Amino acid sequence: MKRIGIDVGGTNTDAVLIVDEKVVHSVKRPTTADVTSGILDALKALRAEPAAAVKVDAVVIGTTHFINAVVQRRHVQKIGAIRIGMPASASLPPFCDWPADLASLVNGEIFMLEGGHDYDGRPFMPLDVAGLKDAARKIKQAGLRSVAVCSSFSPLDPSCETTAREILAEICPDVAVTLSHDLGRIGLLERENAALLNASLHDLAVTTVAAFRKAIADSGIDAPLFLTQNDGTVMQAEIATAFPVMSFASGATNSMRGAAHLSGLDDAMVVDVGGTTSDIGQLRHGFPREANAVVEVGGVRTLFRMPDLLSIGLGGGSHVDEDPVRVGPLSVGYRLTSDALVFGGSRLTATDIAVAAGLIDIGDRSRVANLPKRLIEAALRDAWRKLEEDIDRMKTEAGDVPLLAVGGGAFLVPDRLPGISEIVRVPHGDCANAVGAAIAQVSGEADQVFRDLSREDAIAAARDIAADRAVQAGAARDSLKTVDVEDMPIAYLPGNALRVRVRVAGAIADPDLPAAA
Amino acid sequence: MSKVELKTISLEEIEALAVGAWILGTGGGGSPYLGLLNLRRLYAEGHRVQLMSPLDLDDEDWVAVVSNMGAPLVGQERLADSRNIARAVRMQEEINNIKFRAVMSVEIGGGNGVQALMAAAHLGIPVVDADCMGRAFPEAQMTSVAIGGLRPYPCTLYDPRGIEAVVTKVPSWKWMERASRKICVEMGSIASTSKAPRTGREVKDWGIHFTTTKAIRIGRAVQEANRRHEDPIAALLETEGGKKLFTGKIVDVARRTTEGFLRGTAMVDGSDADRGTKLKLSFQNEWIVAWRDERAIATSPDLICVLDSVNGHGIGTETIRYGQRVTVVALPAPPVLTSARGLEFVGPRAFGYDLDFRSLFSPAAVGA
Repeated sequence: MKRIGIDVGGTNTDAVLIVDEKVVHSVKRPTTADVTSGILDALKALRAEPAAAVKVDAVVIGTTHFINAVVQRRHVQKIGAIRIGMPASASLPPFCDWPADLASLVNGEIFMLEGGHDYDGRPFMPLDVAGLKDAARKIKQAGLRSVAVCSSFSPLDPSCETTAREILAEICPDVAVTLSHDLGRIGLLERENAALLNASLHDLAVTTVAAFRKAIADSGIDAPLFLTQNDGTVMQAEIATAFPVMSFASGATNSMRGAAHLSGLDDAMVVDVGGTTSDIGQLRHGFPREANAVVEVGGVRTLFRMPDLLSIGLGGGSHVDEDPVRVGPLSVGYRLTSDALVFGGSRLTATDIAVAAGLIDIGDRSRVANLPKRLIEAALRDAWRKLEEDIDRMKTEAGDVPLLAVGGGAFLVPDRLPGISEIVRVPHGDCANAVGAAIAQVSGEADQVFRDLSREDAIAAARDIAADRAVQAGAARDSLKTVDVEDMPIAYLPGNALRVRVRVAGAIADPDLPAAA
Repeated sequence: MSKVELKTISLEEIEALAVGAWILGTGGGGSPYLGLLNLRRLYAEGHRVQLMSPLDLDDEDWVAVVSNMGAPLVGQERLADSRNIARAVRMQEEINNIKFRAVMSVEIGGGNGVQALMAAAHLGIPVVDADCMGRAFPEAQMTSVAIGGLRPYPCTLYDPRGIEAVVTKVPSWKWMERASRKICVEMGSIASTSKAPRTGREVKDWGIHFTTTKAIRIGRAVQEANRRHEDPIAALLETEGGKKLFTGKIVDVARRTTEGFLRGTAMVDGSDADRGTKLKLSFQNEWIVAWRDERAIATSPDLICVLDSVNGHGIGTETIRYGQRVTVVALPAPPVLTSARGLEFVGPRAFGYDLDFRSLFSPAAVGA
């Protein structure tokens, strides 16, 4: 198996080639405003190494692009929001629990219509088809290009949402449509929020994935493109274009999975120090520990399964203020290689401090030779104190545990921390996220209604279907683990009807070995 | 009507109330989050809610007792709307030709802990600092007013599709449960209800007092511990004299929405001190029995609360899911529930378990 993993971060674009689980070569290049040329640079640099200029089976990209757009309120678009399920829930319309600034950027127009279902599969109200047609015409007139549709109990019966999509396709065929049941489970508000966010990222997803494709084509690589999703598995680029929210947490997931792979440690704390932020998380059995319940993305409540992470404003590009001495949270970001002192700029950054202290040797060391020793020490102390406090916050057991220090700014992590048994640094650790992308797993999902089976038998049947799909998609059968199980009885249907959703994931099968039957 | 001191409830207190009510909900009553959203909206529109001590009620005052009835899962898809509960109260005023002095929740636990506030905001009357359970329970006869043998009728039920129903007269609370539950199921296993109106005297004699204040206190303890990065569950146990039962991860959830309830079991795989053992939780809307090795270690009416191990917030029977890390704790029940007569209504046998209630909070078996 030969795969190129790429991580497109806010500061750097990293690329690695992995052959049979081993890193052959890794490179780091600045991210560019157009995304494409940064990836192209990284790929060229990677392929310049003779051992890395081989034919590859796949290119896998992980990116924080979509979540950053929401957090930074950039590149989100105005959308139409269609809620089906009136007259229930009328006092809590779409966007009702969004931060006002984000809602004003995204909320194009709200339509609340009769329809939806009850918990047992009965229709709640007849679907307001005339209202849907009217909404579609208004969406067309308003020039909205993306729409989110959410109907009550749609994970049980999606027919109102699919009908809405058909009507929209008829009246405004150019509009992109996100249906909530594709993204979420029971919980109307959180499922609707996921759909609204997804719709707001549609144009960005189209241009971003196109930029990814162009960079790969321009680099002369002929291999299928995948993106990684929140749970550390791959999805095809077409699916990623339709569902950008599914890759929200992929950057963090990849760096933690990559750190586990590079170190061989399955249980450890991980700190990924990037250019702008440090993400602190915990590995359990080789996977990031998941956030427990509701996850807020840019202040919006969702039910995404995401790693439990603490992000702090500390990285290699962090501004260093002198009075009082403070590192971060502002950062020069991807302008590190032009703005930092050692790169000829005029902004004192955490990287300059590390160079002056002799922790790393990059750029022009003479440009920081005259920094006062007192300032260097005070700045490092501030960075170390921040790391120590927040790593301790994320720990869930009292004893000492190992800490994996990865990411381009890992030099900011001291060699000793209280509560930590050892600080582990690994080769290619500065590109752990790209490694995580390259080793991303393959998943399979089943979601269907079973009848005349016991609950246990129905779940087992769904798991078998999901496993077969994962194996077809390239997973090794004996590595498959259940990631998610959910079942919902549909009392209205005869035969003890049960809707079961099961998701499994596993490692990529070695193509040289015959697949297990 | 006597002049009494009323205290305006701040939005900050309502936020704390939502956290505390969710813990007191013992898994049921639905998340107060949606009610909180309604109240944020109402407060933004200028509404304010006032809190009244039950001891300040005149004997002949009328008090509305409200609840959103049904299966918690349905409340996740048919979201709380403050106007519905207000309409159920108005129906009581219309059929009885009375004016309410104040409104209270039938149960402080879960979403119903804030239903009274939603009704009060629309009706312009205060909320009584009391309820009829001191927690949450699934059935209409599981209340202090039923234990007290007070009149069970009439009950109004409202569905926003324009369905209004009244259970005019029944011979017992059990019949009120059966008749109103059938209507609720037809409405989609959710209904905004106003129970039999209570007099001020009845609330003073049989209400469980100062539970709104208690929920706010619990919510604040958890919020402040989180703010200080301290253990919120330890803070809760200390404030309320609770006991930790188990810590672990959810490995299986089986649930069914039947007969207007959410029923099922959840299995917790132990971690830390409980590693290598399992805890089973049986629920009917609320957590009813906690089993360790087939032995009941906690039962209703003691409060069994399943909390998010990280932030100490409640986790409901409708939202609990595979992989969640939880801490199971028990809190003491109000004395009226653990009395011999109380246990007939809310002890383990009332839920179909052939078990004697043994409180975790007194050495002797209570009510035997």
